[in-house]
Amino acid sequence: MEITPELVKRVAANARLNLKEDEVKKFAAEMKEILANFEKLSEVNTDGVEPSFHPIPVKNVTREDKPGKCLDREEALSLTPHKKNGYFRGPKTI
Amino acid sequence: MIKKFVKEALAGKINLVEHTEKALEEAEKINKEYHYITAFADAVNRAKELQEQVKNGTAKGKLFGVLISVKDSICVKDTETTASSAILKGYKPVFNATVIQKCLDEGAIILGKTVMDEFGFGGFSTNVGKGYQKPLNPYDKKRSTGGSSGGAAGLTKKASFPHIALGESTGGSIVNPASFCGVVGICPTYGRVSRYGLIDYGNSLDKVGTLALNTEDAALLLEVISGRDSHDSTTADQPVHNYSETPGAISGLRIGIVKEAYAEGIDNNVRKHVLEAVYKLEQKGARRIEISLPIGMNYGVPTYFTLAPAEASTNLAKYCGIRYGANEQLTGNFNEYFSRVRNNNFGEEAKRRLLLGTFARQAGYRDAFYTKAAKVRTKIIQEYAQAFKQVDVIITPTVAIQAPTFDEVKKLTPLQNFMIDLLTVSPNLAGLPHMTIPVAEANGLPVGMMIIGPQFGEQKIIQVARAHEK
Repeated sequence: MEITPELVKRVAANARLNLKEDEVKKFAAEMKEILANFEKLSEVNTDGVEPSFHPIPVKNVTREDKPGKCLDREEALSLTPHKKNGYFRGPKTI
Repeated sequence: MIKKFVKEALAGKINLVEHTEKALEEAEKINKEYHYITAFADAVNRAKELQEQVKNGTAKGKLFGVLISVKDSICVKDTETTASSAILKGYKPVFNATVIQKCLDEGAIILGKTVMDEFGFGGFSTNVGKGYQKPLNPYDKKRSTGGSSGGAAGLTKKASFPHIALGESTGGSIVNPASFCGVVGICPTYGRVSRYGLIDYGNSLDKVGTLALNTEDAALLLEVISGRDSHDSTTADQPVHNYSETPGAISGLRIGIVKEAYAEGIDNNVRKHVLEAVYKLEQKGARRIEISLPIGMNYGVPTYFTLAPAEASTNLAKYCGIRYGANEQLTGNFNEYFSRVRNNNFGEEAKRRLLLGTFARQAGYRDAFYTKAAKVRTKIIQEYAQAFKQVDVIITPTVAIQAPTFDEVKKLTPLQNFMIDLLTVSPNLAGLPHMTIPVAEANGLPVGMMIIGPQFGEQKIIQVARAHEK
């Protein structure tokens, strides 16, 4: 499989990683080796096999619709300097 | 050993404050030399509280006065919890993980947090996050402790005070370091123990487990932390047994020997000592049956390293430098800020797995990688279910090699690094309980034997471990 630096850059942008040029080059070469090995998964016949997203059967679990104790606002904001008027403060959107 | 200590502590025969202060002094000394602990909890004040309970006659609990160390991916209220990653530097949770609350309810004292590969990304604990020191093997400081629960395993081996460790496994992160450090490690069935308050690596794979110097102690902590939790909908509503009371009788027990796990690529010393230990179990009445697990053994590694990074890449999306952990001056737009903070704070292996995982889920590649791996996972689960119709437990070496030197680890390519998990990824993909016990020492280093059971068959694997220890 062709893993080009351009592809790595696109994936990195999706993963919100601002990779430096030398990192892009290095990861491209490594991913090529890793994914070439992973392609051997195609040898396994999985016709008619359902994918497993959990190792044990997981059913919808519900609880009584009763409000419980929540994290209060002060606690939620206690771990960051980026706050203003009781809200988190983020970087500009546009 | 722990039960005896608890009995004496409850009877007021131990001054818990003095005991804890002495233990802390020792832990600090070990830490200076071996780098196992990332943050200390307020153990002395907790000991004072418990001492007061002894005085008032209200003392109780299966872990009364016992020091418990906690892998750094498990939240402890007011104690820095970072999964050994710079991106969470300074994060002090405002709540306790369910497993921590359960320990406290049984009278435990939290000692502190143990170092790990960043977010669990590694098998040697050499991938600790930026600013962290890698832990050193208690047998030889030039060697790796294994990973990712490396600090937990090393501290368990070195501490002379009564202590049990909480670890976590996604693809082998409890048994691998336990094996390299010569201690017992138990990873329970997926869903046996609550993940509430565990910093996620891969939701469908993460399990909290225990490490101790012997099976009884590891089993004792497991029985405390097991059970259904309304905060974690994937916990199973299965009865919790008194695992620490499991007897070591194995007459007639059928042991499956996976032929691929003793083949080429497994170190000769490791193979020899594990087979000798199996022979001893046969002498005690167990039956040995050869089995084959071709899909798990041949395709487990690519399956795991497709699924686990895919899950990690979504779990780690929440770290953005705003609400907690590392942060910088708010410059640039959303994407620029997040991408900068993330790239500055994640370590190399974290970035590698985020890239792999994001790639495997991306349109155009998803079917060939992520969905395909999830289907192979079904086949691995079915393969084990089939095997457990024939045998009660499965035994393999825990890791194919003994603890390598740091120089040897450095020479491995990323793919060779992944291959270290060859024997442990498949039971983890299938959510099976598995444990390691030290069975021998060769060239001055321990050899670990892995016992795997069917889902919720914790008692079966503990039974075999106890029989070996007898």
